[in-house]
Amino acid sequence: MRRSSHLTKKNPKPLKRVKPTNKKRLREREKTNPFSFLGQLIPLAKTGLPLWMLGLAADRLRADMNRLLSFLFHQGILDEQFLQLQQLQDETSPNFVSEVVNIYFHESEKLLRNLRSLLMDREFSDYNKMGIHLNQFMGSSSSIGAKRIRNVCLAFRAASDQNNRAGCLSALEVLEHEYCFLKNKLHELFQVLFSLIFLLLHYHFIC
Amino acid sequence: MGNMATQTQFHVLAVDDSLIDRKLIERLLKTSSYQVTAVDSGSKALEFLGLNGESEDEERNSSVESVSAADEDHQVGVNLIITDYCMPGMTGYDLLRKIKQSSSFKDIPVVIMSSENIPSRINRCLEDGAEEFFLKPVKLSDVNKLRPHLMKGITTKNEMQSNSNKRKGSEEIQPPDRTRPRYNELEVV
Repeated sequence: MRRSSHLTKKNPKPLKRVKPTNKKRLREREKTNPFSFLGQLIPLAKTGLPLWMLGLAADRLRADMNRLLSFLFHQGILDEQFLQLQQLQDETSPNFVSEVVNIYFHESEKLLRNLRSLLMDREFSDYNKMGIHLNQFMGSSSSIGAKRIRNVCLAFRAASDQNNRAGCLSALEVLEHEYCFLKNKLHELFQVLFSLIFLLLHYHFIC
Repeated sequence: MGNMATQTQFHVLAVDDSLIDRKLIERLLKTSSYQVTAVDSGSKALEFLGLNGESEDEERNSSVESVSAADEDHQVGVNLIITDYCMPGMTGYDLLRKIKQSSSFKDIPVVIMSSENIPSRINRCLEDGAEEFFLKPVKLSDVNKLRPHLMKGITTKNEMQSNSNKRKGSEEIQPPDRTRPRYNELEVV
């Protein structure tokens, strides 16, 4: 390694430039790094910082992500359909998952609002109309792998089929709670990803 | 990708009123290298095909080759239609019927998707001409089942009578579990 060569030179260069060996090792490491797909989203960090620092932080974020995903799967909040979404993401469609999840958030909030305003109406009687919103919500939840939400929708629908307004209201409350919980967890997941992007950019700019 | 003119890149028309499902099916189809047009209703699908409701028979009578597979004479060459069942207005089933009643488009394979596993519904669609019935959420393994139906369309165009020779056995002889009704749940219709 020629790291100390700058100390022996008369005019030492500042440590901004990347040493060729480090760059090569960084690229090799990125091939095995699970976050290497991010290289398609952001410029790769041309950092002169020791690789072990970058590696440690990335490992920690990866552990966070695994922990979060395991939790979501073991609790039955998400199912394998969510993984299918990941598999559909690639270079030609790098933002697919976040795009779909954002559409889901917008649609869900609209549908939940509709459901609540229908049920809160004193003269509510249009179970058919409510059923349409509910089916839409159930369908999109199932499409992104939101298993628990979909199951609550099934219970909601059972109550609706019996014209059981009280049952519908309590199902709606559970639904709203589950939706908030899922949204927070998914935001957490994306935060972990963004933290990594921030980390890489941070080193890119200060080195 | 499409070396031999337009024939090797199949064009699929996807119909679904749900934006998320449209995005999904579009991505699934594009991943399988199909060209995709996605619309949000049955009426838009018919519009896209050029079917205006009444006069399609008169319009298309002049064209001798009335088969649909990648036919350059038509305004649009659609090789397969995949549609959601539950849609406001025209359901996927209504769309299926309209397609099969049209002289120009009845040979386009139609696939139905639904989030509900209702055997009588599935049966009815298959009996009325749907090639496959997929349960949602649709997976890549489902989309892989489309290829034999698309290939059949090509051979129909090239050699009118060679269907029985070229058809791969999997599409009708061996019904996949997810898309065919479970026989012990069938009602007598």
